[in-house]
Amino acid sequence: MSATGIGAPVRRKEDFRFITGKGQYTDDINRPGQTYAAFLRSPHAHATIKKIDLSAARASEGVLAILTGDDLAADKVGGLICGWMIHSKDGSPMKAGAHPALAQGKVRYVGDHIAVVVAETLAQARDAVEKIHVDYEVLAPVVALDQATKSGAPVIHDVAPNNQVYDWHLGDKAAADGAFAKAHHVTKIDLVNNRLIPNAMEPRAAIGDYDSGNDAFTLYTTSQNPHVARLVLSAFIGIAPEHKLRVIAPDVGGGFGSKIFIYAEETVCVWAAKKVGRPVKWTGDRTEAFLADAHGRDHVTHAEMALDEKGKILGLRVKTKANLGAYLSTFSSCVPTYLYAPLLSGQYNIPAIYVEVEGIYTNTAPVDAYRGAGRPEATFVIERIVEIAARELGQDPAEFRRKNFVTSFPHQTPVIMAYDTGDYGASLDKALELADYKNFQKRKKESAKNGLLRGIGFSAYIEACGIAPSAAVGSLGAGVGLWESAEVRVNPVGTVEVLTGSHSHGQGHETTFAQLVSDRLGISIDQVAIVHGDTDKVQFGMGTYGSRSGAVGMSAISKALDKVVAKAKKVAAYALEASEGDIEFKDGRFSVAGTDKSLAFGEVALQAYIAHKFSGQELEPGLKEGAFYDPTNFTFPSGVHICELEIDPDTGVTTIERWTAVDDFGNIINPMIVEGQVHGGIAQGVGQALYEGAHYDANGQLVTASYMDYCMPRADDLPSFVIDTTLTPCPSNPLGIKGCGEAGAIAAPPAVINAITDALGHEDIAMPASPQAVWRAAQKSVHKLAAE
Amino acid sequence: MYAFAYHRPGTVRQAQSALHKHEDSKLLAGGQTLIPTMKQRLASPSALIDLGHVAGLAGIEKKGRNIVIGAMTRHADVASSAVVQEHLPALADLAAHIGDPAVRHRGTIGGSLANNDPSADYPAAALALGATIITNKRKIAADDYFQGMFTTALEEGEIITKVSFPMPSKAAYAKFPNPASRYAMVGVFVAKKGSDVRVAVTGASNDGVFRAAPLEAALHTKFNAKSLEGVSVDHTSFISDIHGSADYRGNLVTVMAKRAVLKAQGK
Repeated sequence: MSATGIGAPVRRKEDFRFITGKGQYTDDINRPGQTYAAFLRSPHAHATIKKIDLSAARASEGVLAILTGDDLAADKVGGLICGWMIHSKDGSPMKAGAHPALAQGKVRYVGDHIAVVVAETLAQARDAVEKIHVDYEVLAPVVALDQATKSGAPVIHDVAPNNQVYDWHLGDKAAADGAFAKAHHVTKIDLVNNRLIPNAMEPRAAIGDYDSGNDAFTLYTTSQNPHVARLVLSAFIGIAPEHKLRVIAPDVGGGFGSKIFIYAEETVCVWAAKKVGRPVKWTGDRTEAFLADAHGRDHVTHAEMALDEKGKILGLRVKTKANLGAYLSTFSSCVPTYLYAPLLSGQYNIPAIYVEVEGIYTNTAPVDAYRGAGRPEATFVIERIVEIAARELGQDPAEFRRKNFVTSFPHQTPVIMAYDTGDYGASLDKALELADYKNFQKRKKESAKNGLLRGIGFSAYIEACGIAPSAAVGSLGAGVGLWESAEVRVNPVGTVEVLTGSHSHGQGHETTFAQLVSDRLGISIDQVAIVHGDTDKVQFGMGTYGSRSGAVGMSAISKALDKVVAKAKKVAAYALEASEGDIEFKDGRFSVAGTDKSLAFGEVALQAYIAHKFSGQELEPGLKEGAFYDPTNFTFPSGVHICELEIDPDTGVTTIERWTAVDDFGNIINPMIVEGQVHGGIAQGVGQALYEGAHYDANGQLVTASYMDYCMPRADDLPSFVIDTTLTPCPSNPLGIKGCGEAGAIAAPPAVINAITDALGHEDIAMPASPQAVWRAAQKSVHKLAAE
Repeated sequence: MYAFAYHRPGTVRQAQSALHKHEDSKLLAGGQTLIPTMKQRLASPSALIDLGHVAGLAGIEKKGRNIVIGAMTRHADVASSAVVQEHLPALADLAAHIGDPAVRHRGTIGGSLANNDPSADYPAAALALGATIITNKRKIAADDYFQGMFTTALEEGEIITKVSFPMPSKAAYAKFPNPASRYAMVGVFVAKKGSDVRVAVTGASNDGVFRAAPLEAALHTKFNAKSLEGVSVDHTSFISDIHGSADYRGNLVTVMAKRAVLKAQGK
């Protein structure tokens, strides 16, 4: 391993810029003549717009333009789209209601966009927003998921008369029913997967800029995938053809999925820039982020597991209602279907699975992918029901899992996925050891002496990452292919620029991608620059989400590097006057086998560009290669997390005492960055389990619209984590990488809830398990324990 | 934020006259509530009268059996004051746990008492310790000062200049923070002076800070956490929200009172 190559715990190159305030985020960018946009948002969850009176607002100081849905219609600007088609059981396509960037006749959630004011200053834009008078006819809202599809419920979109977007299923119903018919024991659960609000540190922002000389647009935006944004804005929304629209996603301060999607605000800014004739900037404030960023999760599920007399799992039936909010966000439809149901087999050998999912409209913010996207929801179902099944059968939860683990690979589940490799027993063994499971009862007694209830909870998760290959996702309804592109440009003195279609918004690509180059070309990472996030520089790419940048994005770079090395060998052969077959490349030097003749990588690069030693007829000058990489399968990271906690029954406060995580991420490029991803993921997962929960009242008002009420996990809520890994390299990409970005957020919630219910003597509890909720459950459980 | 005028008086008298002169004006102390409220366009005073440059409003001194703290004294200065730590450690401890470091370095004791947020910490200390609120016009006993959520005995144009705390024989504050905001969801300040025991509760009630008579009676008999076993306060007028219903807050009052007593006893 070289000092900066694969496997080295290199400090992040980008951090100096970030921690010294030199990052260039969208809001740091200012264009000459820039104006400011402010949006009028709906105060009602559900209303028809009878009339909009703009006269007072238009007369307000500094106002340059006020635009509404009528202006969008007049300019034939298309609506926002959902790019993944889901078909219902009966074969009918999902019912996607129109999603205009500014409301056309109706508003469907609090925060929905009605009009934009463009003014000389932000304060003037906000003043004018307050002077717009809208005459609403307020309609009854649909807020509760279980009420939404009942007959007589208010209709949100005319295309979906019962508010049902789709009624989808996966698996073999007859086989599953057969498994239950012969079951010795059936375990049943009802679960709610709570709605979360992403809360990236940087709120969304956009600057639209129009160059009338070239009739070309530039959009600066907080995007995880600028090329997809350009594609949608160009091909579907119709802002401009792709060669007339440049999308730049500069430094982006966190996304967690919420910045994948193409939203109303950036659409409006880029469109308005031409109408106003000046750049238009919008920076969301935190309240807007709470109201109108796509939320995550929000499932209600009933699940049943069939077991034989020895505790082997025979079958699983799952019925889920998924809240999709008021409109279908960009990838919302696939999250509770193809990103969810195929993961319900978990790490287990389950012969028969049948899953039914209803996608449902409500008068709430749109719901889409959020760190883990479908996989945390699946893991919560399977890891909760497995835990309860073990308890009902009186079996140790760790050993019950082990008994049911998949042990031979490849393993075809009944729900699409073909697990390529893994060793689930190995991670369980290591986790039990690190967590000192054998002495848990001793620690529980110690806690009891102090009046505290101690519990332990397991989560053996699996996820499907590196979302791809294109043919597979296409067959499941995706409107795009899911591959990645890369271009490696070697400069004449041997420094390297790598253009990637992945996008870094916290993941550290400038470091890890450079480590791959360092490893392959034998140069230091300081000689490598990673270029991303600009459609004028990088030809195309699918962006970063679903833990795909290592497995897919770096594999594309790896493929391009192979081509660079192959060509450099040809150049070196000319320069060293040897035959190409005799050239060896090792540790950054090209040498002629069996001689002391050699050239450094940089010297060969220079030879490629001066091209004195070879005729351009035989070999093209220059050293630059590109590659598109489409993998052969998803990747399947897996692992075991163990949470041990104490509950204070007097207050309901839960304190996590120990956290053990043993993950199999395949090969690891930078262990320090991977640890950071695991830490952050666990924090987010613990956040979902103990603290976070979006709450709408019966009128559809968001109660948790600020940090006064929406509780984020903080550093002092978490213990020091014990983290380790096991390794089965991924066979479906050249680097053997599985991905690590979402693991913690997927694994953590069931580990926490299993530990709480263990501490409480199996009394069930909903997420977030707030002090109040735990106190209430503890009251019941203390009475129960006292009675025993 | 809406536009407003800004005034910077040098004396309390000038501040009073500015307040009088500008209709809908507001005193600016630490600004830790007022400024965020203005930024969200939820408050629009015509003018701010900044007390930050009024001479003599900040400082801590021991006067006989009292600790006297100037209205513009920052929470961080109360927390780190050697005088407070020696003679009224419960108050230093309370100040050290208000908000976050930024809030503690800007927020002031006078601002907190004038605002009387139902979840603020200082009102509990002032009421339990039987403090005297000293203004430019008069002295007000804490028992008369707090008159419900965001309501005080302060009259138009009245400015807090000092707060005088009698030193107790034993005292402690135990706070249960709201998980999201970390304001007090229930904060209980217990103070014993001679045979007199006072227990003040913040965060719990729709009527703001209040004295918990049943807890005081139980502790008067014996100043011991065990005395509070089975003793509860009436929670009918308590706050109920997504973080805690009235009965949960009612439970927390007794639990936090017990913890405050243990803390006061150095346990």
